[in-house]
Amino acid sequence: MSNPLTREQHLDLYYFMQLNRQLEERMVRLFRQNKIVGGLYSSLGQEGVSVGTCYALEKKDWIAPMIRNIGALLVKGVPPRDIFTQHMAKYTSPTQGKDGTSHFGDLKVRHIVSPISMLGDLIPVMTGVAMAGRYLGQKIVALTWIGDGGSSTGAFHEGLNLAAQQGAPFVLIVENNQWAYSTPVSRQVPVKNLADRAVAYGIRSWIVDGNDVVAVYHTTKEAVDECRAGRGPALIEVKTMRMRGHAQHDPAEYVPKQMFEYWKARDPIALYEKYLTENKIWDAKTKAEIDARIERELDGEQKFAEESPMPPAELAEEGVYCEGCHAIEATWQRAKAEVSPPASSFEPGWEVKDYGAFAEVETIRKEIAAPAVSAPVGNAAGNGAKVSKPIVKAEGKPQPKPPVRAVESEAPEVPRVPFGRGPKDKSVREAQNPRDRRAHQNPRDKRGRR
Amino acid sequence: MAPITMIEGIRQAMFEEMDRDPAVVAIGEDIGVYGGAFKATEGLLSKFGRERVIETPISETAIVGAACGMGFLGLRPVAEMQFIDFIACCFNQVTNFVAKSHYLWGAPVPMVIRGPSGGGVHGGPFHSANPEMYFVHTPGLKVVYPSTPSDAKGLLKSAIRDNNPVLFFEHKFLYRRIKEEVPEGDYLVPIGKAIVRRAGDDLTIISYAAMAHTAMEAAEKLAIEGIEAEVIDLRTLLPLDRETILNSVKKTNKLLIVHEDTRTGGIAGEIAAIVCEGAFEDLDGPITRVTALDTPVPYAPTLEERFLPNTEKVVAAARELSKY
Repeated sequence: MSNPLTREQHLDLYYFMQLNRQLEERMVRLFRQNKIVGGLYSSLGQEGVSVGTCYALEKKDWIAPMIRNIGALLVKGVPPRDIFTQHMAKYTSPTQGKDGTSHFGDLKVRHIVSPISMLGDLIPVMTGVAMAGRYLGQKIVALTWIGDGGSSTGAFHEGLNLAAQQGAPFVLIVENNQWAYSTPVSRQVPVKNLADRAVAYGIRSWIVDGNDVVAVYHTTKEAVDECRAGRGPALIEVKTMRMRGHAQHDPAEYVPKQMFEYWKARDPIALYEKYLTENKIWDAKTKAEIDARIERELDGEQKFAEESPMPPAELAEEGVYCEGCHAIEATWQRAKAEVSPPASSFEPGWEVKDYGAFAEVETIRKEIAAPAVSAPVGNAAGNGAKVSKPIVKAEGKPQPKPPVRAVESEAPEVPRVPFGRGPKDKSVREAQNPRDRRAHQNPRDKRGRR
Repeated sequence: MAPITMIEGIRQAMFEEMDRDPAVVAIGEDIGVYGGAFKATEGLLSKFGRERVIETPISETAIVGAACGMGFLGLRPVAEMQFIDFIACCFNQVTNFVAKSHYLWGAPVPMVIRGPSGGGVHGGPFHSANPEMYFVHTPGLKVVYPSTPSDAKGLLKSAIRDNNPVLFFEHKFLYRRIKEEVPEGDYLVPIGKAIVRRAGDDLTIISYAAMAHTAMEAAEKLAIEGIEAEVIDLRTLLPLDRETILNSVKKTNKLLIVHEDTRTGGIAGEIAAIVCEGAFEDLDGPITRVTALDTPVPYAPTLEERFLPNTEKVVAAARELSKY
C-alpha cells in the first residue's frame, strides 16, 4: 500500500468530488435553461474514478480525459469556468467556442490532451506521449481513461499492444460504468472482467471499486509508481456505474430500476463522507466550510461564463494551420548527446532468443501429455494465452504462488494481494497480475465456452 | 555531386534532419533492421539507434497516434506507412484527431506521414493507391507529392520542419527510375509552391508526381507538332498554389489537367473550379481532364494500362484542346 493520505489530501479528494458534482448539477440547470449549446454528459456516480485516479498523478504527468472525466480536469487545476464556458460555447472558453464539452487541452501548463469522440484513439496518442517523455528524460507517466464500450475498439488494441511492446510509462483506466449508451457490458464483451484483457498484452492489471475513492487513489498510485519505475504499462479496471443516461436526452429506461437502487446506495460521495466521519478525519463544520467554499467558487465561475460573449463569427476562419503562432520546443531533461550519433549508434539486428515457436510447442505438448495433477502451472503463467490446458480447476482454491518464468527481468511480485485501506478492505475485489494466469482464466461451461 | 534516385533523396533527407535535430524520430513497420520495405530508412538504425528508429507492430492507428502524441511533447516524428494504401487503416486518427488539433484546441502536431503510393508497377488494388484527395479534403493537413529526387529531398526536409501534420506521398514508380543531381548543402523546397517545368504559350498542362513526367513527355511530342505546352508540376496539393495556376492559364488560355488519381473527386475538379472563379474570361476552350478510370487499380498489365493515363492519352487530349 502506498503512503496513507494526509488529512489535507483526504479533504482534497472530497473537495474535488463535490466540486465535480455541484458543477455538473449546475450545468444540468443551465441545460434546462437552454444555455448549454450542445449535449451534456453526466459523470454522476463516477466522480470517485476521475478524482481518485488523477489525484495519484504528479503535476508533470499527462492526462487525456474522456467526456465523463471532468473531475480529473479539476484535479489537474482546470478552473470550473473553463467547463462552463466550453459547454456554453463562449469565446472565453479554452477552445474559444470551436469545440464543446470537455474537449479541450493544455499542452504547456497542465499537460492535458484533448478528448476525441472516437473512443480508443487516445490510447495510442498517450502511448506516444509516454514514449516521448521517456525519450526526453522527463520521467513522466501518461494516463488516459476508456469506458467498457471503448474497450472494444481497434484503437484500444493497437494502442495497448504498442504501449506494451514499447514498455511505455502508460496507465490505462478502464472505467467500467456498466453501460455503453444503452448496451450493458455483458452484451459487449465475452469476458467477466475487462481487466482480463491485460493478459493478452502481457501487462499488469488491477480491479478496483470505482465508488471507493481512496481505493481508486491507492491502486492508481501503485500503478503509476511502478510505471514511473520503468515497469511498462498498467491497466486498472474500475467498476462503477453511470447513474444517468448517455446524455441529457436519454432517460436510461433500459437500466433496471434495482440496478440504479443498488448503486445509489453506493454513491461514492456519500460513502466517502461516511468514511471521513467514521475515521474522524473531519466534522460537520469542516464539511459545511468546504461545501460553502464550493458554492462560492461556482457562483463566481458560472457568472463569468454566463456573462461571456459568443465568439465573433470571423473566428471560424482562423487557426486551421499553425503558422508561427506556436513555438515548438521539446523540453530535454537528458543530454541530447545521448541520442545523437555516435553515442546512439547501434548494430542492427534482432535478438531472437529461442529461434521461434518450435521450442514452445514442444513444451506445451509435454505439458498436455503429462497428468493434470502435475501440470506446470508456471509455464502457463506469464506467457499469455499460449496454453489451452484446463487450469481453471484451481479456481476457488487457495492459489499457490506460481513459478515465474524468466521472460522479463522486471517481473513484479506475484500474486498481487488486495490493498486499499487495510486487510478488511473489500473494495479491491481481486488484484491481478498477468503472470498469475489463473486469476484471469474464466471458467468454461460444459460446452467449453467461456 | 553524383546523380541520385528519389529513394536516395528521401533517405538523405531523413539522415540530414535526424542528424540536425534530435527531436526528429522515425516510426513505422520494418523501418529499422530491414531498412523499410523500399529501403527508404536503410542505415538509420545503425546511426541513430533504437530510441530514434522505432519499429512497431502492424498498427497504423497506433503509429499515427503515437507520432501525434510525441509531437505534443515537441518531437518531430516521421511515420512511415509501408504502403500509403494502409493509411486507410488510420483514417480516423489522421482526419479527426491529428488534422483538427490545432484548429480546435491550439495544439500543433509537427509530424510527417510518408509512404509509397501510386500505380504502374503492377502492385494491384491494395498496393497502388493514390489516396491524396481524402486528405486534400481535410482542413489542417498539408499534402505534398513530389516528382523528382531534388524535390523529394527538399520537400521532405521542409515537411519535417513544418509545424503542421504533412502527408508526404512518394510515387513508387519514380523511386528508382529517375536520377538527378541534388543541390548541395541544406537544400529546402518550400511547401505550397508549384513549379513551371516547361514554358509554353499554347496551353497549360497541370500535373504532379509520376504524371508530371508523362506531361513533360507529352509536351515534347506536342512541340514536334508545333503545339507549345506549359507544364506545371504542383508538388504540393494542399495548400494549392493558386497563383501559379492562374498566371499560367491567363497566359495560355487553355487548361489540361492530368492526374493518376481516379477521375471523380480528383484534384482536376478543384483546379477547374479555381480557374473558373479566377480566370473564366481568359479561357478559350473547355477545361480538360486526363485521369485514371473511376475504378480500383486493376492488377493485370493490360488492365492497369487501360486504367492509367499515359503520354498518348495526354497528347490526344491536348490536340483536341488546342483546336479551340
